[in-house]
Amino acid sequence: MIIQDRMKVIKQRQVAKNNFEMKLSGKLVGEITSPGQFVHIRVADSFEPLLRRPISIASIDKEAGEMTIIYRAEGRGTTILSERRVGDEVDVLGPLGNGFPVDETAEGETAILIGGGIGVPPLYELSKQLTAKGVKCVHVLGFQSADVVFYEDEFKVLGETHIVTVDGTHGTKGFVTTVMEKLGDDFATYYSCGPMPMLNAVETMYAGKKGFLSFEQRMGCGIGACFACVCQTTEGTEKAYVKVCSDGPVFPAGVVAI
Amino acid sequence: MNRLSVDLPGLQLKNPIMPASGCFGFGKEYGNLYDLSLLGAIMIKATTLEMRLGNPTPRVAETASGMLNAIGLQNPGLQGVLDRELPWLEQFDVPIIANVAGTETADYVEVAKMISAAPNVKALELNISCPNVKCGGITFGTDPEIAKELTKAVKAVSEVPVYVKLSPNVTDITAIARAVEAGGADGITMINTLVGMRLDQRTGRPIIANGTGGLSGPAVKPVAIRMVYEVSKAVNIPIIGMGGIAETADVIEFLSAGASAVAVGTANFVNPFICPTIIKELPAKLDELGINHISELIGRSHRL
Repeated sequence: MIIQDRMKVIKQRQVAKNNFEMKLSGKLVGEITSPGQFVHIRVADSFEPLLRRPISIASIDKEAGEMTIIYRAEGRGTTILSERRVGDEVDVLGPLGNGFPVDETAEGETAILIGGGIGVPPLYELSKQLTAKGVKCVHVLGFQSADVVFYEDEFKVLGETHIVTVDGTHGTKGFVTTVMEKLGDDFATYYSCGPMPMLNAVETMYAGKKGFLSFEQRMGCGIGACFACVCQTTEGTEKAYVKVCSDGPVFPAGVVAI
Repeated sequence: MNRLSVDLPGLQLKNPIMPASGCFGFGKEYGNLYDLSLLGAIMIKATTLEMRLGNPTPRVAETASGMLNAIGLQNPGLQGVLDRELPWLEQFDVPIIANVAGTETADYVEVAKMISAAPNVKALELNISCPNVKCGGITFGTDPEIAKELTKAVKAVSEVPVYVKLSPNVTDITAIARAVEAGGADGITMINTLVGMRLDQRTGRPIIANGTGGLSGPAVKPVAIRMVYEVSKAVNIPIIGMGGIAETADVIEFLSAGASAVAVGTANFVNPFICPTIIKELPAKLDELGINHISELIGRSHRL
């Protein structure tokens, strides 16, 4: 169930240039049902900035009632969020959307997780849940440059991890596809989250394979009422548009036209 | 005694708070969050004769204390609304105000005729003010004579009272208001969004794919208040006021300006519980102001 919770900031730290990790505590965590769901955060109690910011959930600890989000402080809203301190309360709406289906990969099978930039965080909880049930996870994580790479060690603990940077300052130089080409397609499922061009390249390279993609769009309400965050589907009928916030953000490969 | 009840043509409101059209879909998403029977009424998303897919994205852009949108009247079309959306809303004890849009008079008339016959539709809101569609919409709302003729045509077929939603994108909104009153409108809803634009810093291109969008949110409230104030002096039909309402104090201001009830729009996106929150806070607000019944506030700025 979606709830509005005043969550307490229990940790805030910078994990890379302009990238922050924030740990929040509150009853909302108990409502999270799958990795890849997101929350909608009101960064200030005033009407400036007005709209909430959609941020994906990077990891959850249900027993402790805590969740971690990783976000890039790029615009006005996320910069204000990055100035919140331990002990502050934040107005959080969530959990929102449909996450990655963990049960689409069976124990003993291999899954490839491909993330780009700020699309990497939701793959962390996904990998934790997949590895916990005995799935072998291979991670391909793409970033612009070395200074914005985060969670490399955390992913390495869970499985084989390839870091790619566009400028070659860390890991393999190039794009996630540079590594994917070498990995081949001997895996059961792929899961991906990142910018649209990357999702397009991933879907094209893995055509015919079972995969799940998480999309980004400018959002208004986050709950499916405002029709701001639509994506065109590959069908031309009444389902010509899907809403990223409530129909997604995760869709099976092939559903959204990219 | 219910201190919040307001009676308007076709509408016995248990309180004067309702979500504005386009900010609440057809209620389903909010129905997952709270009991919609708490609301005074619901203004459902604009319905057109045929299904509309709406505009390309990006459809929204944030502005100072507000937002621009150009959704483009995406909706399942008249038949979809009659078959699926309105029947679902029947489970709630709440009057529905159906927002009717079109590209020509015949569309408006057809939609108005059919949708006004639905059992839970208690009033129509004639949308002559959508700034985000190429034909129809706002073109009907900026010329008094055209607005009057459309109102007449819709009144002739509607089985429920007709409220006309006015555009603020005109030089003299009272001229349009008087025209729709002369055309037989039972009430006015106002204001729709103000046409605005934002340009990308890097490319210089509009951020919204449609180029322009409708500005809403707290930023537009003073404009809305001024217009409600002017129109309520110019006509004798009731006004449902809207434009930037985000908290209980804003409701008091709109009623004082001359509105008989209010609609909450963009604030639903910021706080999905805003309508029930305002409804809960209103009695204490009346106490604070020494007011017994909310109707005492309506148009009080004109009586000073």
